Amino acid sequence: MALSGMRGLSVFISDVRNCQNKEQERLRVDKELGNVRTRFKHEKGLSPYEKKKYVWKMLYIYMLGYDVDFGHMEAVSLISAPKYPEKQVGYIATACLLNENHDFLRLAINTVRNDIIGRNETFQCLALTLVGNIGGREFAESLAADVQRLLISSSCRPLVRKKAALCLLRLYRKNPDVVNVDGWADRMAQLLDERDLGVLTSSMSLLVALVSNNHEAYWSCLPKCVKTLERLARNQDIPQEYTYYGIPSPWLQVKTMRALQYFPTVEDPNTRRSLFEVLQRILMGTDVVKNVNKNNASHAVLFEALALVMHLDAEKEMMSQCVALLGKFIAVREPNIRYLGLENMTRMLMVTDVQDIIKKHQAQIITSLKDPDISIRRRALDLLYGMCDVSNAKDIVEELLQYLSAADFAMREELSLKAAILAEKFAPDLSWYVDVILQLIDKAGDFVSDDIWFRVVQFVTNNEDLQPYAAAKAREYLDKPAIHETMVKLSAYILGEYGHLLARRPGCSPKELFTIIHEKHPTVSTSTVPILLSTYAKILMHTQPPEPELQNQIWSIFNKYESCIDVEIQQRAAEYFALSRKGASLMDILAEMPKFPERQSALIRKAEDAEVDTAEQSAIKVRAQQQMSTALVVTDQRPPNGTPPPPTVGPLSLVKVPSETVDSDQNPGDQGLTQPNGVVYQEDPQQPSQDIIGDLLGTLSIEGPPGAVAPLAQSATSEAESVPSAADAAALVPVGEESGSVQPIGNINERFYALCLKDSGVLYEDPNIQIGIKAEWRAHEGRLVLFLGNKNTASLGSVQALILPPTHLKMELSLVPDTIPPRAQVQCPLEIMNLRPSRDVAVLDFSYKFGPTMVNVKLRLPAVLNKFLQPITVSPEEFFPQWRSLSGPPLKLQEVVRGVRPLPLPEMANLFNTFRLTVCPGLDPNPNNLVASTTFYSETTRAMLCLVRIETDPADRTQLRMTVASGDPTLTFELKEFIKEQLVSIPTAPQRPQGPTAPPPQVAQIAGPPPAASQDPGALLAGLL
Amino acid sequence: MIHFVLLISRQGKVRLTKWYSPYSQKERSKVIRELSGIVLNRGPKLCNFVEWRGHRVVYRRYAGLYFCMCIDEADNELEVLDIIHHFVEILDRYFGSVCELDLIFNFHKAYYILDEVLIAGEFQESSKRTIIRLLSTHDSMVEMAKEEATSIGNMIAQVTK
Repeated sequence: MALSGMRGLSVFISDVRNCQNKEQERLRVDKELGNVRTRFKHEKGLSPYEKKKYVWKMLYIYMLGYDVDFGHMEAVSLISAPKYPEKQVGYIATACLLNENHDFLRLAINTVRNDIIGRNETFQCLALTLVGNIGGREFAESLAADVQRLLISSSCRPLVRKKAALCLLRLYRKNPDVVNVDGWADRMAQLLDERDLGVLTSSMSLLVALVSNNHEAYWSCLPKCVKTLERLARNQDIPQEYTYYGIPSPWLQVKTMRALQYFPTVEDPNTRRSLFEVLQRILMGTDVVKNVNKNNASHAVLFEALALVMHLDAEKEMMSQCVALLGKFIAVREPNIRYLGLENMTRMLMVTDVQDIIKKHQAQIITSLKDPDISIRRRALDLLYGMCDVSNAKDIVEELLQYLSAADFAMREELSLKAAILAEKFAPDLSWYVDVILQLIDKAGDFVSDDIWFRVVQFVTNNEDLQPYAAAKAREYLDKPAIHETMVKLSAYILGEYGHLLARRPGCSPKELFTIIHEKHPTVSTSTVPILLSTYAKILMHTQPPEPELQNQIWSIFNKYESCIDVEIQQRAAEYFALSRKGASLMDILAEMPKFPERQSALIRKAEDAEVDTAEQSAIKVRAQQQMSTALVVTDQRPPNGTPPPPTVGPLSLVKVPSETVDSDQNPGDQGLTQPNGVVYQEDPQQPSQDIIGDLLGTLSIEGPPGAVAPLAQSATSEAESVPSAADAAALVPVGEESGSVQPIGNINERFYALCLKDSGVLYEDPNIQIGIKAEWRAHEGRLVLFLGNKNTASLGSVQALILPPTHLKMELSLVPDTIPPRAQVQCPLEIMNLRPSRDVAVLDFSYKFGPTMVNVKLRLPAVLNKFLQPITVSPEEFFPQWRSLSGPPLKLQEVVRGVRPLPLPEMANLFNTFRLTVCPGLDPNPNNLVASTTFYSETTRAMLCLVRIETDPADRTQLRMTVASGDPTLTFELKEFIKEQLVSIPTAPQRPQGPTAPPPQVAQIAGPPPAASQDPGALLAGLL
Repeated sequence: MIHFVLLISRQGKVRLTKWYSPYSQKERSKVIRELSGIVLNRGPKLCNFVEWRGHRVVYRRYAGLYFCMCIDEADNELEVLDIIHHFVEILDRYFGSVCELDLIFNFHKAYYILDEVLIAGEFQESSKRTIIRLLSTHDSMVEMAKEEATSIGNMIAQVTK
């Protein structure tokens, strides 16, 4: 045992080691920390030796896992010590105790720089090591030039230069701009001629980082890499000390081949030939030997060579050689090599043409799925997942299912998710898919996420052929003595919807279905009860003629839950109870759920988003590229007339809410009914003339008309009051003259405002296209689906949708197809995330081409502030302390608003409620006042409570005083302005049709001075458009 | 690149930690706790790789001591396993058949040696001889300074008495 040469330190370490238990150890450490702390306080009296000793002690304590919150300064200050021993301690301790974000580190920059540019080689090494290990952005900016100079200096010894290379690598990672490509590429090529293998190894690491970002600039390095590889692989003039178990520096070989993988190809035929010779030599000349270390080293090189061959997509001959090698590897006993064999085989799947060869190894891979080593099992699972396609899905999925019961807990979730995805993608037939998922739930219910069973419901709903089968299967599982709660949910849902299809089978009468489902009722949690209630209601509805006994039984359950503490359950119970007494209307409302719109599988999305530790990304990408089985394409997914789907398709709601019916009426087929009056469509002669004039004026005032049209239109206005019929005729002319231009149907602004209040409806419509919207909002996130419906019998081309998001929204629009086929509807989901409170409005810049006409509209999207509100009722006990604690500006703002549209108080309360501001009656003793509360969600504010108070003057309804409070100043301001906008302009009131580019109505129609309208960014933005 | 190096004893005691990616103090403790749980519980004759939080941890056991290095998924696992063994061989040559106690009482030297093998989480020097030569120069410099310091220290002590 070598001694540290520091007695005090050794004694302390021995003491700690001799401690009998953790408690003693803590006491000893605390004592020492106290000691060190006092010593540091009287720093003056410390000799360099002592200082060094205490810093070591501190580091040791830190390493034991204790918090050391002092002494960092002392460690850093040692860096500037003049003598090597202290300086070295300072450098090592600093590098261990601090990370790049630590403030103290900044203090050291100057000293470190002095050491780097100084003459003392040892100091240079220490400084470069520190910067290389924990240097951050600031270091990069102030030191990169010096480090570069050292690396290429001819007077520096290799010792310093190899450290400089890696130090520069770190600085480059922290700030890529510090390595100037133009000047550096040639230097880099020169560095690769280096004879010293230490410097060359470090430089190669640097090159790997550089080419991974920009291979273009470093083409000149490619032949040098090949030369280096040749030199190593042929074992020529390599000093003995640079071989490792007889292999010329495996590290340098690996690095060189890694660098080569960043170049897309090797063009020069000579270079290419030499490279392939070397690779061939590596592939052929590596055997599994007895010595573990030699094995590891030679296979490190071999696997890197395999990766390079795969990358260069070499001649078929080499590729098949690789597959053969991998096939050998996945069968060897050596676990490391088996692991890497499986991993590289998964990577190999990216290369086409080899899949069939890989499939030959399926049995061997399945064996590895049962390996004692979880790392290997994971690789095997990933490979099976990657290689699965229509031809082998049945085998693989069944294998996975079988393995599921034996698999360890750490893997079950991943396993079930993957099995579910494969079953969905490659199902040879749908009943098999249902079987698989039911087995999955049966075997590993705890690990089957809701997404999986939701998906089954979607498929069953959308495929009529499947419904009786699924119902029968669900019924079968209910016979089992103990089933998982997810199974209860799924079978209850399916039997509620489709149980009546089984009516004639034994054990499937409504009564029997009810009994067997209700048997499970005592064991389920509150999340399942609502589903059961819906199922009971549906069973009741399907029982024709009604059975009084069953009816009473179900009613008594509804009765019981009418006083349930869970709101969802209570509401369902109350509603179903009331509905079920109404007879005929029950049939309508509880009718079978409509088909689901086809959407990306939530599972696949989940897998894509999933933490990388659950699934190898590459395999998923392979999956994504492969074609899906056609069996599971949802048949007849589009309702006949392109109806936007009903708003609530959440799997838990079984009932069509009456309002949905209204919403879904707004489809192209019914547009005549919902067309607002302000239609400007030249072929419709029956319009009220005022509207046309109004529209003309609207257009005139904003865009400026073609010169010839202006006077005509103006005269039309003046005549309009006196002689409407003349105006009618006059007005129609200019509109008609704009032949070819496509006019919107309905008022765009009204549509926008209507959508601000509800979540589905039509955003825009013209003779060619209808754009519908359906949105779902959850906290600060939203998902909006655009339904682009082509109304014509010809295709619409050059379709483009561009989102112009305001800064506070993060929006991602999925791909919009270039053409929309005749009479077709495409759906484009748009993901929205609210970052912070703001009233700015996102704009959809939409264009398409119909025949020769290019149509372009800019539409505001209803992703507005109130969508991120969630109603909340607060009690007086919660309200008042909160109200008081938000004492004044900027968190609480008050304003007297004039020019308010006069509204009776209840109507104002209604208005608030539609904006998801819950009015809390009774909180304010004054009956003329309103108090409301809501929760606002954004990424920065998270969930934040907002409180609002409105004081009205019964004598003058056009003014009121408003107070808004929340925990965030911006939120308070924005919410206040938002409410003000709503109060001073009720957008639906006056019919004032405007073109697609018109500003929001409040600019034009506010009676009083429009408060803050000029600063309103939303209005400004819209005005600009 | 190597994100961190961890030496843990079979009893879960930390013998050396080195972080090349910025981890806060809290994260460091969490990583150590999590990884010792995973690595120490692995049986013999399994492969030397563990998948952990989207990274790979390459580890190898020498007597009662586990050497762990955390790398990216795309990195070459065997190359890192070679680095571990290379590091152990250097320790062995420096201390003369190294044992855990050497690393406990000379933990600061272990850090210094590691700095000669890795910088910025990248491999630096594959020649054991070069490294050993450097280490002995380093030791003699410390030794020289110590002698100097003792003599000066004595003088000061005498004067200030």
